[in-house]
Amino acid sequence: MPSRHPVICGIGLSDYPVVPHLNSVQHHALAARRAIADCGIAKSAIDGYVSTSGGGPAAGDDAVSMAEYLGVNHRYIDGTMVGGSSFEFHVQHAAAAIREGLCDTVLITYGSDQLTRMGRVLGTGGFQRDAQPVTGAMQMATPYGLPLVGAYALAARRHMHEFGTTSEQLAEIAVGVREFAGLNPDARYRDPITVDDVLNSRMIADPLHKLDCCVITDGGGALVMTTEEIARDLRQPPIYVLGAAGTQTHWNIHQMPDFTEMGAAVCGPAAFAQAGVTPADIDTAQLYDSFTITVMLMLEGLGFCGKGEGGAYVEEGHLRRGGSMPTNTDGGGLSSNHPGMRGIFLLIEAVRQLRGDAGEAQVPDAELALACGSGGWLSAIATVILGKDRPS
Amino acid sequence: MRVVRDLEWQGPVPAGEGEYGEFFAAAAEGRLLIQQCPECGHRQHYPRSICTACGAEPEWMEAAGTGTVYTYTVVRQYGVPSFAELPYVLAMIDLPEGVRMFGGLTGIDPEVVEIGMPVAAYARTYDDTHAMVFWEPS
Repeated sequence: MPSRHPVICGIGLSDYPVVPHLNSVQHHALAARRAIADCGIAKSAIDGYVSTSGGGPAAGDDAVSMAEYLGVNHRYIDGTMVGGSSFEFHVQHAAAAIREGLCDTVLITYGSDQLTRMGRVLGTGGFQRDAQPVTGAMQMATPYGLPLVGAYALAARRHMHEFGTTSEQLAEIAVGVREFAGLNPDARYRDPITVDDVLNSRMIADPLHKLDCCVITDGGGALVMTTEEIARDLRQPPIYVLGAAGTQTHWNIHQMPDFTEMGAAVCGPAAFAQAGVTPADIDTAQLYDSFTITVMLMLEGLGFCGKGEGGAYVEEGHLRRGGSMPTNTDGGGLSSNHPGMRGIFLLIEAVRQLRGDAGEAQVPDAELALACGSGGWLSAIATVILGKDRPS
Repeated sequence: MRVVRDLEWQGPVPAGEGEYGEFFAAAAEGRLLIQQCPECGHRQHYPRSICTACGAEPEWMEAAGTGTVYTYTVVRQYGVPSFAELPYVLAMIDLPEGVRMFGGLTGIDPEVVEIGMPVAAYARTYDDTHAMVFWEPS
């Protein structure tokens, strides 16, 4: 019987970081064109479409509008929108759909003109633009003036209090990611930085400095997923989905049960169990670096180190180029690109590493890669484990 | 809880739909409300139409209006005109009743805020009949 094991067969990036001539829909389309060309599949073979609503309904890039625009007559559609980690959830869903035979080949796309359309104020400006009455649970926080970065700062402060984590340790994450960005000609910021540079950058919301925060860019990405059987005839070697799991502990930051523990502690072990591997087996990690604290909580939750030990772990240099767990090898959201929802770029970079196509940032002999996305306010977390070799 | 009449409030306001409105209306009368489930005893905040523990219909209960700082941040940059007066402190407060509440922390130098410090709630009106809950050192 032909193998229906789900694989990623095609990847595509649209242009980034600053792309004034493309709107969100065009970013979706450019990334899709490149992903389809990458694997060489006939576009007519795509019978599943998965996306989310990057710019909101007004941008016309919700899933049904994009399926029509891209001309995908799908048998399977998923429009899961859980923030930046949506794409890790998408892989989980598409893998199940492919395995179950609901469809054979799924196109996942993302595009955002956030920098061009909204400008850089968004990073500290949160989602509420003016003094309109605030509905839903956000009315318990937004009227007090809670910026996006402030929500993450609440978690960072509590982590410091409980475990003695320092600003220097958080800064080390930004420094390591910037080193990788220097190897990526398209990265938003490429000049090397030091821990002191991070500490001396403007304090935005204590204890997070400007360089603890991700960049704001335009950009887009696309994945093509199919069965192992179909992938045999395509241009690129298949990258196997070995594990994919997600969870949600809260949505609004004020509902986070424990500000030092994110859902990675639940979905990480679940994904490792599916893949039959352990954190020590992973060769490179692509971790959602909206802010430095996001990465630290993820490292602990996934089990790369113990709870509360994230500070000491990053200080030992594991995340660096040449370290034991090279992390965010494309320069991450902290230095390369972050058009609003970064999850798809984690998966694309993981695939590049496993194909051996990561250029100067290539992790030697990378066979297993992990992508972990965080959506909302450390809220909806999903982990995907990818492998170069056929699972036994 | 002390009520400060502040009809000059320029920031965004809560829409107050559903149970939220009852919370903000009670605050304007000096009462800090949380919810307790008559079936399982679970307490929760923000207010809603279901007990998140057992699925029953929760009831209102009045909290004492005291708490301690669980975590906080000092906002020093925010590109929204309503919050041009910087810096200010935002905090998560642990209430002795067993729920945690987010709010502004005022009446203190931002540089000396500490996790664990005791605080007391007060209300600040944003229209004639509704108020937001803030906190200050006690």
